Amino acid sequence: MGMRTGEIISVRKTYGETLVELGETQENIVVVDADLSCSTMTMYFEKKFPERFFNAGIAEQDAICTAAGLATCGKIAFVSTFAMFATGRAYDQIRNTIAYSNLNVKIVATHAGVTVGEDGASHQALEDISLMRGIPNMLVMVPCDSIEAKAMIKFAANYKGPVYIRLPRTNLTNIHDEDSYQFTPYNAKIISEGKDITIVTNGETLIECINAKKILEGKGINAEIINAHTVKPIDTETIIESAKKTKKIVTVENHSINGGLGSTVCEILSENYPCKVKRIGTKDVFGQSGEQRELMHYYRLTSDELVEDILAFAK
Amino acid sequence: MQTKLSANELLKLEKIAKEIRIEILKMVYNAQSGHLGGNFSAVELILTLYKKVLKHNKAWDKSKDFITRDRFVLSKGHASAVLYCVLAEEGYFDKKDLMNFRKFGSKCQGHPCSNSLSGIEISTGSLGQGLSIACGMALGLKLDKINSFVYAYIGDGEMQEGQIYEAMMSAGHHKLDNLIAIVDRNCYQIDGHTECVKTIHPIDKKFQSFGWQTLEVDGHNIERIFSVYEKAKELAIENKKPVAIIANTVKGKGVSFMENTAAWHGKAPNKEQFEAALKELEEQN
Repeated sequence: MGMRTGEIISVRKTYGETLVELGETQENIVVVDADLSCSTMTMYFEKKFPERFFNAGIAEQDAICTAAGLATCGKIAFVSTFAMFATGRAYDQIRNTIAYSNLNVKIVATHAGVTVGEDGASHQALEDISLMRGIPNMLVMVPCDSIEAKAMIKFAANYKGPVYIRLPRTNLTNIHDEDSYQFTPYNAKIISEGKDITIVTNGETLIECINAKKILEGKGINAEIINAHTVKPIDTETIIESAKKTKKIVTVENHSINGGLGSTVCEILSENYPCKVKRIGTKDVFGQSGEQRELMHYYRLTSDELVEDILAFAK
Repeated sequence: MQTKLSANELLKLEKIAKEIRIEILKMVYNAQSGHLGGNFSAVELILTLYKKVLKHNKAWDKSKDFITRDRFVLSKGHASAVLYCVLAEEGYFDKKDLMNFRKFGSKCQGHPCSNSLSGIEISTGSLGQGLSIACGMALGLKLDKINSFVYAYIGDGEMQEGQIYEAMMSAGHHKLDNLIAIVDRNCYQIDGHTECVKTIHPIDKKFQSFGWQTLEVDGHNIERIFSVYEKAKELAIENKKPVAIIANTVKGKGVSFMENTAAWHGKAPNKEQFEAALKELEEQN
């Protein structure tokens, strides 16, 4: 029996466990970390397969290029560190070495978004999706729970080419049920249908949107929720079809409203079916220290604030 | 194992080196862009490596011995012209493609692109990344128990990039005895003499302090270059440590007015300069 709906699980722990599971059957899987294996949970893989684990130390640029070198030897190289350092510090290495050479490297970055919490702005990547989706050859994915994360990591291992997967620090409530769940990498998923407004989201804000929908229903608004787990390539069709139905779109992400999912949705709609879009996310600001929930409230990302903002927009 | 080149082999390689310099000059003149200085400093080192040291096969990924090949990473990707000339010389592609260097649609991109030309291990161009890539390759080969070498070709100016030291530390830590770095010590970078822009000296002590062994060579003397490569492999295996070859070279080697100056790092000659340079190169023995 697999993971069940409603269970609260560390998605990083799921990542570590999935790596071990993959490592058992796929001998060419290797893992590179940059002194954060205890946080990214690649330490599980290290423990099980020490000879296939490489710690680059506090040297993210070296970690990314080491993974690239391993990939040229036919390895499926997973490389992990915090999202801030993977995509920020090693951007050039990801672009010029991994993506330009189209190498089989999977960047699974953790601690993305404001929910890093107490460490503050220096560690809270709010621009990583924006950075990664601008790079040719790169696939960009954001799982909403452990079940989706597990499927995504397995998909990435068997997909040929570079992939960026964004994980939060947060423990996530399972939205899916593993036994009945099927991952469709290129298709966004309509989580629940509606007719008045479309909410496009992914990752840890999906559960907030689901909760917001229940409250909105009581206020006479029937929202459609789309889980755009794959930001690149984005499922244009599902979003456009929904926009045709509701004509009002809200995007929600634990990321800057500049360049992330919100921008992606605006791009495809303005080209194909122009309609009003409200982007919810951090607004061209840095994060700050605080507790996870406290920060989610402050940046207006929990169901409470989402309801207020969506109501104001829907009026 | 051959430890010395025969007089005949040496003559032949020297002749090819001369031809390659002329070819590079024509390529850069034809493209009206490129990096003559840092290509001319690398001719003998890269040519000798491919002709006499590196295990490789022009059939590339279709060859049976593809996975056991030695790897070459041109970390200073702006020396692409010399690499293209050597690969064409080795039969990887038609020499006539060389004249499309830096042109629209060419296999021979400004900086090496692994997806447009077979024989290129990995795309490079943004400096400082090749040594880390080479470490990854060396680790990958070890994991598969393949006894092949990885050669990383680094510019001396490139040693101002911090990532070089991350990689140096990594190679020293893992005792990568299948990794050889070649430092093209031509002493010039775009803005001037390396020691004026930002001191790189002493290169050998830097490598040594990170757990490497070092060798030094005249980077234009093919006979000595061959010996130093053989010595480097021997030392690496014997002491289970990576080796750095510091190759003393002359930026712009072969053309008097291009030698030992930063001015010709990334500049194309005009017609008059081209003709003068060509004359000099053709007259050399």
